[in-house]
Amino acid sequence: MIMTMVQAINQALAQEMERDDRYVLLGEDVGRDGGVFRVTEGLVDRFGAERVIDTPLAESGAVGAAVGMCALGLRPIVEIQFMGFIYPAFNQIISHVARLRNRTRGRFAAPLVIRTPYGAGVRALEHHSESTEALFCQIPGLTVVVPSDPADAKGLLVAALRSDDPVLFLEPTRLYRAEKQDVPEAAVEAPLGRARVAREGKDVTVVAWGAMVPVARKAADTLAAEKVEVEIVDLRTLAPMDSEAVLASVRKTGRAVVLHEAPKTCGLGAEVAATIGERALLSLKAPVLRVTGQDIIVPLPKSEDVYYPSPERLARAVRRAMEF
Amino acid sequence: MIERFDPLKGERLQILDESGRARPGLEPALGAADLRRMYERMVLTRVGDAKALKLQRQGRMGTFASSLGHEACQVGTASAVAAGDWFFPYFREMGVYLTLGYPLADYYHYWMGNEAGLRTPDGLNIFPLAIPVASQVLHAVGAGMAANIRKLRLAVFSTFGDGATSEGDFHEAMNYAGVFRTPTVLVCYNNQFAISVPRSRQTASATIAQKALAYGFAGVQVDGNDVLAVRAAATEAAERARAGGGPTLIEAYTYRMGDHTTSDDAARYRSKDDVLDWEKRDPVARFRLYLASKGLWDEAWEKGVQEAAADAVEKAVAAAESRPPAAVEDLFAYTYAAMTPELKDELAETEAGLKGGRR
Repeated sequence: MIMTMVQAINQALAQEMERDDRYVLLGEDVGRDGGVFRVTEGLVDRFGAERVIDTPLAESGAVGAAVGMCALGLRPIVEIQFMGFIYPAFNQIISHVARLRNRTRGRFAAPLVIRTPYGAGVRALEHHSESTEALFCQIPGLTVVVPSDPADAKGLLVAALRSDDPVLFLEPTRLYRAEKQDVPEAAVEAPLGRARVAREGKDVTVVAWGAMVPVARKAADTLAAEKVEVEIVDLRTLAPMDSEAVLASVRKTGRAVVLHEAPKTCGLGAEVAATIGERALLSLKAPVLRVTGQDIIVPLPKSEDVYYPSPERLARAVRRAMEF
Repeated sequence: MIERFDPLKGERLQILDESGRARPGLEPALGAADLRRMYERMVLTRVGDAKALKLQRQGRMGTFASSLGHEACQVGTASAVAAGDWFFPYFREMGVYLTLGYPLADYYHYWMGNEAGLRTPDGLNIFPLAIPVASQVLHAVGAGMAANIRKLRLAVFSTFGDGATSEGDFHEAMNYAGVFRTPTVLVCYNNQFAISVPRSRQTASATIAQKALAYGFAGVQVDGNDVLAVRAAATEAAERARAGGGPTLIEAYTYRMGDHTTSDDAARYRSKDDVLDWEKRDPVARFRLYLASKGLWDEAWEKGVQEAAADAVEKAVAAAESRPPAAVEDLFAYTYAAMTPELKDELAETEAGLKGGRR
């Protein structure tokens, strides 16, 4: 069926909750309101208020409670309304969610999913445009996933829900309704920990994820007219990262540009570049470049486009790599 | 019984006075075996605690948080736990662990610096002790929510100190507990200090117990050096929880007789007189006087209890110290459900780097 990412995520949630009654959904406004983006629309009618739980307005509370739910065999799915509001729950995530399996040597674990809308580019209020994925990618034990289209959103969410590890599932707000796509009816997992080649090319590798993948596609179209063939590697799982997929592409193209909307310093681009430097140096014909948000606070809507990486900025970086 | 002691009126549940006399009408109907078992666990906790402090000074134990003075809080609370219940402890909990049947050797093993000691044996519903203050209270409340969803009749316990009541997680947990009417028994060991900061700096409330009222459920202050009072309040709260009556906050009013941990020096921030004053209220001595008054205690039996405790402690130390350090692979293997390719590479590299032997 042709659907948006919002509909695809909704369908994945509904199908998995139907299949297995251990799944419960909790968060702010997830019940009657169906979530501020309507991702959970209709689920409270279908599964009842005991499994689709409107919580008090407290993010640490929701994530902490979810940890305890895991102890009693539930599979909680926590919605954080915007990534900019996840920080009160950071202690629970880093101190418990991610390390429970390790600190009990496997007796307990927290196989929960935290879903949250993420990223800029929708002219939202202050604190509603965060993309701080790198803060979470350094936490051992946590899996961080970002889909870039509706079908993948469904497949990756199904895999996240079935994973025995905790997953932070970042939903690019900009892509929620940006495009419609044919999404398979069946709940089929898209594998976690595996990147995919979103576009093949032989000249330069662009590593991107989430809302940056369509930006990369646009740049690739422009560059194709200049006889530069861009290969786009969509990371999908940011942590643990599929280094082999990145390296395989770079060994083929000899050039790499990492594209992300988070700030540059200590962003995931640095990790990608370092990995390429460590393991594929002799394949490189040019330095690994980064096109990212600047090291500034995400500007308010009137200046958002100053910050947000554009196809033009990416194309310029690719040309630099080609001309090196 | 809980509602009979109004924290807003400064009322505190006490069953045994400082000379071990039971207050008329409050004495629980516990048999000799139950009473003696509680005493044995309090003694074992005290002996095991003293041993841990000795080991720490000898360099055989890591930084250790002593339970001295908390024996009534810990044993009293844990005595209310029934089969199927869950416990989400904080970090100063030897008496709870021993009462619930957690091997002392494991408890030592953890504090000696080995994660394996925190692996709760199968069949015991004890979450690993929590170091980040108040974070575990939310877990208990979430477990209570799960019990409600799954229609399980059980009680979920969580313990924490007076300092924890200043944390946001405590507030959020209390609020969730009230809103979702979770079957939780929340026990605050108010030992008057969060490391050096006195209780008066944690809250302007006259009691911690009264905070429960603002969240829409019952709170009671009990004498935390009276094991029967702690047990009675926790038992009633647990029964209420299992029957669908929702959460209860218990403030066990006590005193931390030792330093915060072996890295602390309490003499920097409190007077000797205070400590001496609280020594008169010692929870183990008070319970001993009660048992004697019931004809359940004499010198010969005491000698046996002390010897059994010393023997159990020595065996636990020997067992903990005889365990090999964690295999390097174990440090990697539990990060995710399955080891990632990157972790396998890092493990191989780490093992190669250790060829010369571990430090």
